[in-house]
Amino acid sequence: MLASGFPLLHDYRMSASAAAREEPVRPTALPISLIDSKGTAVTGKRNAGFARPSDDVLLDLYRRMVVARRFDVQVSALTRQGRLATYPSALGQEACEISAVASLQVQDWIFPTYRDTIAVLSRGVSPAETLALFRGDWHLGFDPGRYRIAPQATPLATQALHAVGLATAAKLKGDDTVALTFLGDGSTSEGDAHEAFNFAAVWQAPVVFLVQNNQYAISVPVAKQTHARTFADKAIGYGMPGYFVDGNDAAAMFAVISSSVERARAGGGPTLIEGLTYRVEAHTNSDDPTRYRNKSEEAKWRALDPLLRLEKYLTAAGILTPAIASDISDEAEALATATREAMSETPAVDPLELFDHVYVNERPALLEQRAFLERELAATEAGSRS
Amino acid sequence: MTILENRATTKVVVPAPAQVTMAGALTAALRDSMADDPRVVVFGEDVGPLGGVFRVTDGLSKEFGESRIWDSPLAESGIVGTAIGMAMYGLRPVVEMQFDAFSYPAFEQITSHLAKMHNRSRGLVTLPIVIRIPYAGGIGGVEHHSDSSEAYWTHTPGLTVVTPSNPADAYSMLREAIASDDPVIFLEPKSRYWSKDAIELPVTTPPMTKGLVLREGTDVTLLAYGPTVKTALQAADLATAEGLSIEVIDLRSLSPFDDETVGESVRKTSRAAIIHEASQFGGYGAEVAARVTERQFFHLAAPILRITGFDIPFPSPKLEEYHLPTAERVLAALDTWEW
Ligand SMILES: Cc1ncc(C[n+]2csc(CCOP(=O)(O)OP(=O)(O)O)c2C)c(N)n1
Ligand SMILES: [Mg+2]
Repeated sequence: MLASGFPLLHDYRMSASAAAREEPVRPTALPISLIDSKGTAVTGKRNAGFARPSDDVLLDLYRRMVVARRFDVQVSALTRQGRLATYPSALGQEACEISAVASLQVQDWIFPTYRDTIAVLSRGVSPAETLALFRGDWHLGFDPGRYRIAPQATPLATQALHAVGLATAAKLKGDDTVALTFLGDGSTSEGDAHEAFNFAAVWQAPVVFLVQNNQYAISVPVAKQTHARTFADKAIGYGMPGYFVDGNDAAAMFAVISSSVERARAGGGPTLIEGLTYRVEAHTNSDDPTRYRNKSEEAKWRALDPLLRLEKYLTAAGILTPAIASDISDEAEALATATREAMSETPAVDPLELFDHVYVNERPALLEQRAFLERELAATEAGSRS
Repeated sequence: MTILENRATTKVVVPAPAQVTMAGALTAALRDSMADDPRVVVFGEDVGPLGGVFRVTDGLSKEFGESRIWDSPLAESGIVGTAIGMAMYGLRPVVEMQFDAFSYPAFEQITSHLAKMHNRSRGLVTLPIVIRIPYAGGIGGVEHHSDSSEAYWTHTPGLTVVTPSNPADAYSMLREAIASDDPVIFLEPKSRYWSKDAIELPVTTPPMTKGLVLREGTDVTLLAYGPTVKTALQAADLATAEGLSIEVIDLRSLSPFDDETVGESVRKTSRAAIIHEASQFGGYGAEVAARVTERQFFHLAAPILRITGFDIPFPSPKLEEYHLPTAERVLAALDTWEW
């Protein structure tokens, strides 16, 4: 039921408190960083006031990132072998993907894109359910309501509006649900991204926009998408806080995302976060990055790897012991094995199901087409038997 | 009936049951749906205190407050996109596109998400959303205010597309659309907003997916919907004088198409024609003509005719009368048949 008399609008322009309204913080020019690429804790201004997450949190992030990386590598391999139709890899983006999922509570929702399969996996969806889309069994393999994960969106930026709508519905009902939506750098140029930022700010929706700036939209570099200093800067125009974060620093990503999630939950409205990262692999298996970027750029970013630095930090701090590292590696291998097994099974697809979910209400015309296909299948089967 | 009269607190002027406009009937349907189901929320451009540019949401903002009906930012994709998210969380949004042609910014959200979500989620996610779209011409609207875009929506699997032609249907069909678990494109013929009928509300007319024989006849089946139903009835009147008996069917639902009602009539009359304002090429009438021909070919004495707008962008106000199908044009078309 809806909360009665709930003020949907944050009507600061007309309210007496307009002048007293807090200005959103301007994003920093350099990315917020808590653990640098050498694995050293960052002190001073680059923290932007964010504290390093606890060792427990960092170890959990590390474990999930290692598992996600292994899964990603495995799925790319299976795709090259022809087991999947396509796979957009998130290799190198694990700090963004996993920190986002780890920052959320069970009641919160995520709105992933095709890029964010490891986030879906890390929230508990099985490899077979996660990969149904890319293997081509069906457009979606998991129950969104059960995991509170929207179907992975392909039409760019469209899912951001769904996140704003869902978060607003939760707010209207008086629930403490937060929605986090992933976006790519290229997707920020879409009209729906603008509309989502604006609706969220006007409605003060409990939403976190996470722009993973992996620096390319297929082949097109960031400079051809925006003239803004950072994507985070765009937040200011909408009247919401923006944070420019080192997207390969899981500590910083977790600190910023989780504080934004909790601020949203407490009624503080939306946040736009940019994680500066790099798409290490091709856009998908059918892309050829040699046509638009060079090896030295790729090498530079491989050195900034999000797993490496966390591993160095945790090892030096004595948190990641050889025994724990070996446990994590076992877990990753077990998942890789399970993924291979799941993808070697022939998917159970039923052509007659094509007609079953188009509408809730029965349609005579579709039943006719279903019957037609059924007859055709029966005839083909009879033909192949004789 | 009493439901409307009981709401003494509102200042909505719904004419006494004797005379209800289509706009008033739509307002009443929205109000009754909102009163019956707290999950129903209404938002869009100017639907709040103003009551919408056609006043269809008149008084609802005052009656239900801002948690149930509100003015959204001005962005159609945003309106439909956020409605989808709300429906995923259990609300039943009814959103308004201010005019037909201004629904186009929402095209991607409607065709790629709204229409497909139930299918892609194998039935796990339902999107009970109604998109109300004032459509078609005849009101002297300037550019972009008179489009008939029904074929865009009927071509999209996953959508239900309906359009009432009179106040009673407007009330009953909108209530049914809001109660439906499938997304519904609800096309409101603007030229009929101020048409009146003596009806009592609430009223329940036959299911919105059924076509209705409005007038029986023996020689021709004339199919119409929304704004052209009136034209069809006028044509039937004129034809009587010429000794021609026209059966008029109000399709009401464009998707699904009521094959049964139309087929039964065509088998009786053996001739059929369809009228719509939208341009002809690739238009809704093409589907109807093909479909009815495929199913009733051996009952047909003549090819199915389409009396439609020309294949031109909708004209300016001073020229729209030349574009819109008239009763005379219908009769002239029927004359081209060999009898
Ligand atoms: C509306 C729309 N236009 C074009 C495409 C085709 N397309 C798929 S991915 C992509 C690039 C997106 O880049 P970005 O937003 O940076 O995300 P990334 O792939 O880097 O994660 C394009 C152009 C699409 N999916 N949707
Ligand atoms: Mg990108």
